[in-house]
Amino acid sequence: MKLNLKVWRQENKDAKGKFENYIVDDIHGDMSFLEMMDVLNNQLVQEGIEPVEFDHDCREGICGMCSMQINGEPHGPDRRITTCQLHMRKFKDGDTITIEPFRANAFPVVKDLAVDRSAFDRIQHAGGYISVNTSGNTQDANSIPIEKENADMAFNAATCIGCGACVAACKNASAMLFTSAKVSQYALLPQGKVEATERVLNMVAQMDKEGFGNCTNTGACEIECPKGISLENIARLNREYLAASLKG
Amino acid sequence: MSVLESKIPSGPLADKWTKHKNEINLVNPANKRNIDVIVVGTGLAGASASATLAELGYNVKTFCFQDSPRRAHSIAAQGGINAAKNYQGDGDSDYRLFYDTVKGGDYRSREANVYRLAEVSSNIIDQCVAQGVPFAREYGGLLDNRSFGGVLVSRTFYAKGQTGQQLLLGAYSAMNRQINRGKIQSHTRHEMMDLVLVDGKARGIIARNLVTGEIERHSAHAVVVASGGYGNVFFLSTNAMGSNVTAAWRAHRKGAFFANPCFTQIHPTCIPVSGDLQAKLTLMSESLRNDGRIWVPAKKEDAEAIRAGKLKPTDLKEEDRDYYLERRYPAFGNLVPRDVASRAAKERCDAGFGVNKTGQAVYLDFASAIERYGKEKAFSSGQKDASHDEIIKMGKEVVEAKYGNLFDMYEKITDQNPYETPMMIFPAVHYTMGGLWVDYNLMTTIPGCYATGEANFSDHGANRLGASALMQGLADGYFVLHYTIGDYLADDIRTGPISTDSKEFEEAEKAVKSQIEKLMNANGDQPVDHFHRKLGLIMWNKCGMSRNEKELKEAIKEIEELREDFYKNVRVTGKANSKNQELEKAMRVADFLELGELFAKDALHRNESCGGHFREEYQTEEGEALRDDENFRYVAAWEYKGEPKDAVLHKEQLEYENIELKTRSYK
Amino acid sequence: MGGIKTSIARKVAMALSGLFLVLFLLQHFTINFTSVVSPDTFNEISHFMGTNFVVQAILQPILIFGVIFHFVMGFILEAQNRSARSVKYGMFSGNANSSWLSRNMLISGAVVLAFLGLHFYDFWVHEMQVKYLEGDMSGLSPSGEFRYYEETVAKFAGQPIRVGLYVLAFVFLMMHLLHGFASSFQTMGVNNKYSPAIKKFTKAFAIVIPLGFAFIAIFHFINN
Repeated sequence: MKLNLKVWRQENKDAKGKFENYIVDDIHGDMSFLEMMDVLNNQLVQEGIEPVEFDHDCREGICGMCSMQINGEPHGPDRRITTCQLHMRKFKDGDTITIEPFRANAFPVVKDLAVDRSAFDRIQHAGGYISVNTSGNTQDANSIPIEKENADMAFNAATCIGCGACVAACKNASAMLFTSAKVSQYALLPQGKVEATERVLNMVAQMDKEGFGNCTNTGACEIECPKGISLENIARLNREYLAASLKG
Repeated sequence: MSVLESKIPSGPLADKWTKHKNEINLVNPANKRNIDVIVVGTGLAGASASATLAELGYNVKTFCFQDSPRRAHSIAAQGGINAAKNYQGDGDSDYRLFYDTVKGGDYRSREANVYRLAEVSSNIIDQCVAQGVPFAREYGGLLDNRSFGGVLVSRTFYAKGQTGQQLLLGAYSAMNRQINRGKIQSHTRHEMMDLVLVDGKARGIIARNLVTGEIERHSAHAVVVASGGYGNVFFLSTNAMGSNVTAAWRAHRKGAFFANPCFTQIHPTCIPVSGDLQAKLTLMSESLRNDGRIWVPAKKEDAEAIRAGKLKPTDLKEEDRDYYLERRYPAFGNLVPRDVASRAAKERCDAGFGVNKTGQAVYLDFASAIERYGKEKAFSSGQKDASHDEIIKMGKEVVEAKYGNLFDMYEKITDQNPYETPMMIFPAVHYTMGGLWVDYNLMTTIPGCYATGEANFSDHGANRLGASALMQGLADGYFVLHYTIGDYLADDIRTGPISTDSKEFEEAEKAVKSQIEKLMNANGDQPVDHFHRKLGLIMWNKCGMSRNEKELKEAIKEIEELREDFYKNVRVTGKANSKNQELEKAMRVADFLELGELFAKDALHRNESCGGHFREEYQTEEGEALRDDENFRYVAAWEYKGEPKDAVLHKEQLEYENIELKTRSYK
Repeated sequence: MGGIKTSIARKVAMALSGLFLVLFLLQHFTINFTSVVSPDTFNEISHFMGTNFVVQAILQPILIFGVIFHFVMGFILEAQNRSARSVKYGMFSGNANSSWLSRNMLISGAVVLAFLGLHFYDFWVHEMQVKYLEGDMSGLSPSGEFRYYEETVAKFAGQPIRVGLYVLAFVFLMMHLLHGFASSFQTMGVNNKYSPAIKKFTKAFAIVIPLGFAFIAIFHFINN
């Protein structure tokens, strides 16, 4: 199939960007969206034009590196996938596809479609861990039985790949789903309870400092999340936060 | 004799590590504050090492090319991590894990290293659980296990199909704690471009800031290369697009020997190649072989009809199917090690029984597992007279709970529903057992330069067993390196900060800059991918699942020519002083083009078949690998001498004192 | 409002004030509805509410504060949310992943705010005038009857424009409540097995109460 691409080009963080139009041909339905971008880029290189910069790495939907707002949605129109898992069979011959970077002040553009998501890292530095040293004589793993239901919920929260689709989809550019997933994982495990109060206060403080918007419960994040992280996590974050605030 | 000194401690196998830990030098906490360590790569090996070193008090600087340490490709490991916990009470022990790993590696790994790995494996699980890694649990609240290829016990801990992700996030969280304490400086979107040696010791690196293009100097008292494997030399592999050999290769060029480059693992269960423009192959976890049965049609005409789209696999009767692994290896069946399973698939496809359009695929079928689980579920839930449809429905639910995410992934990629029709799979490049040569202390042949995880060669011999890569990465990082590096750094407590103004740093920086200039000015007309794809094809066709002398010689020549062509005809667009993915790729491919040749040279010199290295000239009548322990029971460590063809071979003879060398049999 | 510093604290304050206003709506609706059933009851309750010290001196200021707080905080949050993405998307497919209602609480809220202006002008300003400026606390019309029912009816009878505006405002109130009521539970941290039931209840409330208000206005319009 033949496609018209409307791609955001921006030299660097401070430059002003704009849309450019490109045409790619001979695209097959079995190709992934990023393979289509590879075709475009090789075409551009041969024409002597600088290719479109975009983040990608594992190309199997787990590293969370690929981003892109495709036709107005993070990771494109399909559900429960990342851009690298989006296949061209979702598009038709002659379609125009609008491709933009994830937009949020907390995610400044690095170049073209690549954005800087280090704000997520900083939120995790603020408390996304359990303080345990590597000593080799930690207690036996089975000495802490964990209810399967909680273990499974903790796991589901922990599957967040930190791609930023929640922020990109949210009309407020809020990072609540991401932050709540991290807080939830630890809140649901006995190992994480010890530092729970400080963790949630610090992570929320950092989240606010990064300039993300507020949660208005539109639920867009949950729908667009490639891993289906549930809004229940946001409710849990709110609970944890309230409890922690009252405790001081 | 050899310049390779493995530094294996004396004494009985089981006591070596304890004895070694008791005898090595320690650095006192106050002095650790004055010592800097660079860790390149933030996968399981790098992240765990940097967190542990920082906990102890060293100043750690980490480097990764991704935008966050959490995205290193360890994250994509699906199936699980081995540990000799024996929670299932099925007879597991440190020795058995050690034995399985050495045997699985086809007797080409170092006994003492593997035993240490088995010994600390249980600690890894304890550590990860303490960190909050949500491993799969049973209803009683205790940890669950599953089994993997090449072993007869259930020792694999897992977190659905995302074990690597959960372990890496655990290690990353440990890093976060240290970043928050100021003990780790994390440099993201940075690529190591060269290792800097001062007075023969590794004292720093030259790195390129991938956002600004700036060439930076970073000094330290020791450098740890934890940059993963080099599977991307094949272009198509299950590695991430950015996975590269550059850090390891630059260390090699500076004097670190490269060991067993030809030992590459071709994983049997990947989604087959679908088109010429494909950039990446996707793995389907080996855990699927617990329940999936692998088969091809027993009759060639059926295979042809399936390829032509005239026959559906589900229409084929049981007696017309050839469950070739169960047929050839009744003891291990579908759970034979990866190299064996891959070769068997290739053998069937070469013989004309392949099942997709290109004839390069076999089936992985869950129909009987679905039925079996359905029956169990019906029985345990008291529905003694459930209909066939109800049983199938319940069975699908059980399979979904176990492998749901993998099935979804398969469906997204292939547009086929694996609950209804068997999956199609084919082997693909997955892991590299070869890597930088290290001694027992994980130090390369360059003093102060360490290699951990997949970047080193040490523990997996000629073939790695499933769920062992995560184990090794974390063992090195959490439980080994900080002891052994302390032994080395104990001599550095009076050294003080390493200056980056020395002529060594200056020269290294100049060399990097001139290579960048050379590539930017190549003025050809082909994109980097063009050369990478070509290299990949040479590697796959001539250094892939089976190799022979003639083709290896051709490969060496072709790669050399391709390398010349590359420097003449590549076109790198954009600028060197900004974000430039073409330049990044060009630098990596330049190194792959050298490594590829050494790879072929190593494969050519090893006149035996072992593990992932299968030489057509050396096989039994039944087509099994034929090892030559008399002449090749050694690690081939190559010394860089300019061109790959001039590389000099050094041999580390492998001694087996605790395991009897046997022909590996999974029958 | 400077004391409420973090995003979650602001959101919770928003939810709490919203829930408070929902309670008020229920109370207001109940009293108004008596005007349809029994003018006398309506008059009595109105007089009680209009002259009781606790209601007038304590509850009324709290209510007014609640209304102002909810609006001001809403605008602050909205302003923050807008500034969190200063370069807008060229294409934003919000409808693909969220409801229009949930994304446009500002619009529905602003319409309700405008309506409140009208509503205050219609009733509250008049009440204040009579009771506190003129000092007539009797609640009686010149004819000696309670004036409340008459005055209320007079606002709607033969006033198609006002009735139209009221009905329109109730539609926006419904939109605001459809997202806001359920959303406040999520913000307060309630998302569990009862949530589907809570959602159903809030949805029913969001539809029934504004419809009821509209019914009252139309009833008086038609009936007289």
